[in-house]
Amino acid sequence: MSSIIIDKQNYPLAPGATVLDTLLEAGLNVAFGCRAGSCQSCLLRATAGKIPAEAQHGLKDTLKTQGWFLPCRCKPTETLTIDLNAGMPQLHQAKVVGKCLLSRRVMGLWLKCREPFDYRAGQYINLRRDQTTARSYSLAGLPHADDYLELHIARIDGGAVSPWVHDELQVGESIEIEGPMGDCFYVSGTPEQPLLLVGTGTGLAPLYGIVRDALHNGHNGPIHLFHGARTNDYLYYYDELKRLSGRHENLHYHPSLVEAAEPAPVDVEVGAVNELVARQLPELSGWRVYLSGAPDLVNQLRKQCFLAGAASNAIHTDPFI
Amino acid sequence: MMSTLYERLGGEAAVDKAVDIFYRKVLADDSVSDFFDDVDMDRQAAKQKAFLTMVFGGPNNYTGLDMREGHKHLVERGLNDSHVDAIVDHLGSTLKELGAADADIAEVANIANSVRDDVLNR
Repeated sequence: MSSIIIDKQNYPLAPGATVLDTLLEAGLNVAFGCRAGSCQSCLLRATAGKIPAEAQHGLKDTLKTQGWFLPCRCKPTETLTIDLNAGMPQLHQAKVVGKCLLSRRVMGLWLKCREPFDYRAGQYINLRRDQTTARSYSLAGLPHADDYLELHIARIDGGAVSPWVHDELQVGESIEIEGPMGDCFYVSGTPEQPLLLVGTGTGLAPLYGIVRDALHNGHNGPIHLFHGARTNDYLYYYDELKRLSGRHENLHYHPSLVEAAEPAPVDVEVGAVNELVARQLPELSGWRVYLSGAPDLVNQLRKQCFLAGAASNAIHTDPFI
Repeated sequence: MMSTLYERLGGEAAVDKAVDIFYRKVLADDSVSDFFDDVDMDRQAAKQKAFLTMVFGGPNNYTGLDMREGHKHLVERGLNDSHVDAIVDHLGSTLKELGAADADIAEVANIANSVRDDVLNR
């Protein structure tokens, strides 16, 4: 007879009972809806034990790899450990080890954690300025290749954190971070799948990590990375991405500006990034899509890419709200 | 051998294929897309799946009350018969695209219409 473990407490499953049945029977307060595996209200996360395939049916790949499953369809054959607090992120101590302006209004920040910090390229953290002030920033680094965490922080005039990062935070200072969080990351298993990544401004940060993660995993399908910067102030990593696409035949880098007030390299397009994407890639069935940055654009692109044929569970978004 | 509507349509695999096709039709239809536009797309896809499972005659535990409560805020925004008609229409064309028999499409429309009053809170 199999059982589930929550907070070190053991709950045996009655024959034929699902995990949800068992949790409700035990009086635990868990959400549920249709109880038939369609609505996803009951989503829970397992941290140990084999999750039956049935219980992950229909879930996005990024959720599956993190151990999320549907308790209403779950009849485990071995003991499953469930974390009911899966939503709660961890606090970590980190030190600023590097700081460098990447373009006029984008600051690169490199942090090193005291303990090993495990994350997937493309996830994000909350940077805590103090006990009451924090902001979310995406991780641009590659977990196994880099020794540090890399963030790209745009200066927001009058902001509570970005001007402080740009003007006051010093290399060597300690800082608290929370995380990692987010479902916008590379999933291996389909190395030939065409990938579309679109980022606006510092929305490039998670995509920079995801692209390198994909290449590191041997992804050989076409990878199209669009970076839409409003002005030259936000067009950064141009040289890095030219070099990277020069080294990898399947990586196509499409930089663009909305306003070209100053001269820019000739391969930088001018226009709205969503229109450029629609023109270059009007057909997206079979593609995996990653969208990150300004919420309005991310939402508009999500709809646009879906209508162009991308499956809803193959579109991953990271809106900077 | 007698098979159920759900089995004839193709069961869960059919629902999985139908969700994105149906949702694309809905989003591309200006007369109803606003009702779906400001909702989290992932959550919306899950709701579509649950709805399609129900109208395909599949296993689900939604009651009329759930349909009523779930659509009340939309009724307040003006949801009416014309919108329900459009949805039933898109349901039909989705099934046609998937090769369903006319008689089965009619049965699905009947199930959808059977919750019309709950959806419109009357």
